[in-house]
Amino acid sequence: MTKVILPELSEGIPKATVSYWFFKVGERVNEKDGLVELTTDKATFNLPSPCSGRLSEIIIPEGETVNTGEVLGIIEEDQKD
Amino acid sequence: MELKIINLGLVDYKDGLEKQKSLFLDVKNVIISQALITCTHYPVITLGRSANKKNLLASQDNLLAKGIKTYVIERGGDITYHGPGQLMVYPIFNLNYLKKDIHWFLRKLEGVVISCLLDFGVKAQRVKGLTGVWVKEQKIASIGIAIKNWVTFHGLSINVKSNDLKNFELIRPCGMDITMTAVETCLKNSVDISQIEAAIIRRFKDDQSYSA
Repeated sequence: MTKVILPELSEGIPKATVSYWFFKVGERVNEKDGLVELTTDKATFNLPSPCSGRLSEIIIPEGETVNTGEVLGIIEEDQKD
Repeated sequence: MELKIINLGLVDYKDGLEKQKSLFLDVKNVIISQALITCTHYPVITLGRSANKKNLLASQDNLLAKGIKTYVIERGGDITYHGPGQLMVYPIFNLNYLKKDIHWFLRKLEGVVISCLLDFGVKAQRVKGLTGVWVKEQKIASIGIAIKNWVTFHGLSINVKSNDLKNFELIRPCGMDITMTAVETCLKNSVDISQIEAAIIRRFKDDQSYSA
């Protein structure tokens, strides 16, 4: 299980709004795929998936605000041999 | 890093966006290091990710009669108008090689516009808490960007021709009750967009932080 965490985007930007999830819960994602789009006042920012697997939970839905360091969603990683 | 300059001239917004996306892929895939598109657009209204449709004041019939298209796009910010009297500047930069900091980049863009306008005798400045460039309380340049994998697209518009300001009455620019101004309005003189364009390109080329 890997947590998708909002990284520090910039000095002075403590939070961002989730504007778009590119995947639905249950869908497969590949590492570095654009996973979720976040919006600050004048910029949109694509957060890539930290790993390959299945998006198992969206914690912060579209339209809601998230602070730096908070968990946006959960990915169940692919089983490794 | 080499800065590839592309001047598209007067183009439909959609064609300009297609060109941005194509160059975005070239920069993301490190085929080119960075690119700067300059152009002007046929009249168009764009709604960014934070846009509230209430800020579009004109009816669809009115827009249709004026031949103004509307697009919902993925940049940050609210609603804005672009027309042939504005210089559009789209920097397709890879922040992985510059600085991975969204606000740093927004402030850099403002700085380029402010120094460029000063070359023409227009004293513009930032307003704390608001993105964009202002002359006193009036806005002269708007900024809204998108970042994917730390590669930027969309960008900034500078109001140059005063006769193109009237169409801002069709919207509440950026969702605020603000007045827009233009370079010509400030100078009380005619200014060619190509002059501002040349100065902006020079400023981007001269700024060492873009050639790291």
